[in-house]
Amino acid sequence: MSEALLEVSDLVKHFTVGGGILSGAAGLVRAIDGVSFTIERGETLGLVGESGCGKTTTGRCILQLERPTGGRILFEGRDLSALSVDELRKVRRRIQVIFQDPYSSLNPRMTVGQILAEPLKVHGIVPEKVARPARVRELLAQVGLAPQHARRYPHQLSGGQRQRVGIARALAMEPSLIVCDEPVSALDVSIQAQIINLLEDLQRRYGLTFLFIAHDLSVVRHISDRVAVMYLGKIVELADRKTLYEEPLHPYTRALLSAVPIPDPDVEARREHTVLRGEVPSPLRPPPGCVFHPRCPIAVDRCAAEVPALREIRPGHCAACHLA
Amino acid sequence: MLDCRAVATLLEVRNLKTTFQTAAGVVRAVDGVSWKIEEGETVALVGESGCGKSVSALSIMRLVAPPAGRIESGEVLFRGRDLLALTEEQMRGVRGREIAMIFQEPMTSLNPVLSIGRQLTEGLEIHMGMTPDEARARAVELLTMVGISDPERRLAQYPHHFSGGMRQRMMVAMALACHPPLILADEPTTALDVTIQAQILELMRDLARRLGVAMLIITHNLGVVARYADRVNVMYAGRIIESAAAGELYANPRHPYTLGLLRSVPRLDEPRRERLAPIEGQPPDLTRLPPGCAFAPRCAYRVARCEEEAPQIRPIGGAGHHSACWEAERLVKDLAA
Repeated sequence: MSEALLEVSDLVKHFTVGGGILSGAAGLVRAIDGVSFTIERGETLGLVGESGCGKTTTGRCILQLERPTGGRILFEGRDLSALSVDELRKVRRRIQVIFQDPYSSLNPRMTVGQILAEPLKVHGIVPEKVARPARVRELLAQVGLAPQHARRYPHQLSGGQRQRVGIARALAMEPSLIVCDEPVSALDVSIQAQIINLLEDLQRRYGLTFLFIAHDLSVVRHISDRVAVMYLGKIVELADRKTLYEEPLHPYTRALLSAVPIPDPDVEARREHTVLRGEVPSPLRPPPGCVFHPRCPIAVDRCAAEVPALREIRPGHCAACHLA
Repeated sequence: MLDCRAVATLLEVRNLKTTFQTAAGVVRAVDGVSWKIEEGETVALVGESGCGKSVSALSIMRLVAPPAGRIESGEVLFRGRDLLALTEEQMRGVRGREIAMIFQEPMTSLNPVLSIGRQLTEGLEIHMGMTPDEARARAVELLTMVGISDPERRLAQYPHHFSGGMRQRMMVAMALACHPPLILADEPTTALDVTIQAQILELMRDLARRLGVAMLIITHNLGVVARYADRVNVMYAGRIIESAAAGELYANPRHPYTLGLLRSVPRLDEPRRERLAPIEGQPPDLTRLPPGCAFAPRCAYRVARCEEEAPQIRPIGGAGHHSACWEAERLVKDLAA
């Protein structure tokens, strides 16, 4: 497991806001501000952070749903921005997505069978019409649904069943990389574990690679091999799962971990909590120096003046903090 | 040692039943639940979507929307007075003044075209009979109390000027405005990021303790319950299936559903497990509940009786611990082994 399936280097995505007749001067939202990471074949990289940190935009750039402002995305060794429309279409098929809310990402007027058969037809994966129902049944079985679910409409399914359909639709394309964008956060607690187990089974069986985007740190620890923590458009820490959760170096990572309540009153009574001051600043006007310094419990003068680079503190463990 | 504090019951819900008429049939959203809150206590109502936890709170406030929704029967005794027997006029004097509510999504529960100041002062003038000047002074005091800086300037702003965390602070300020003895908080931090969630929950707990306010926290988050609740009621398909002091419930769950919930979530303080242990099956369809225990189709402890007869909640193993499970004793024995 040492071959990089995806290599993201120095990715930048800026959005222009305002600039209209009524909304005043244009502003620049630095949604992603120089993000680099690799994902190896068969690996799961967790991407965590709070709303607005750029984790979803990073996923959308990889999916080519957003055109990056700068940087490079290499998938299977090829630069996605250098491909022709035809080539991109072929390559892009192998990058699939699972969304948070399966209800809004499934066509309500199509049956589950039609939803799953369509990509088989459009992309010529199963060109013969007669062969498609069998493939649909196979896909349903792979995600733990019964053949009769093919005749149902999305609204006739529970949330967990809909997410299974979303996963089956991604599998239909025979992808190598799946961007999972908050795939369990809309589901009930008792169903989340079912879906996580399913994703892990599918990964093992088909050698899938996951970019797992989520805000739930316990779920990310469970499913990821390595974890990147984002704050205001930048990766502030990246390490293998065990190291990140047991020896976090960045004060933001530490604060995040401390903020997660543990489902055990005895543990909670003994735990120390670092409650962060303030809120995430606007990405329209990110603070100078380290973007985290206004909320950082250990910031020094240097942090307000100088942007810390993401550097390797120990082998495989990177942090963007002057004090790490 | 004897606890000499006088413990008085603030709110007692008795055999509450609330139904909704839907195209698919009658939904028994709250199906005969009984529970109470003592003065100054924080009680959690925990469960997954559709279990009836929010409808319980709306029923207490008499905000269940007719004609589809209806409180069928039961009593809601607030300091001994049955809220379900009050006139609408009398009920208006209870909402906000005696019992306040905090909702999940502050943006939809704040009025977008009224200034922050007006939304705070309106209740103070109506409920507390304050003059505009008094109400304004109190509004500044309230914003300061919930940690909103520069309160004088903030009063003139509108909800869209506030971030999600600040809006929820504003909701806390509005809830506390008339010194109510009880606050119902329905998923107060679910829409917030984890660092902001921690801020708001700490704020709510500190203020509740300082002002002696009792709280009902409605949530699906077992971690939030563990950190903030004194007692816990677990709901499933419209019923309370387990109830105990928080420490007791987590240490000795006595219902297979509670046990399943606790085992299905990955925990940061424990070594990573190779595989999660989910609760199998699907959440119940409330229009087609089985005749017996609603959890039976998903339950690892199911016996024949569970499919025929719904178990009533009953004391199990002392310490005020209650469970609605025919097989609770077997579960206790298994966990002890």
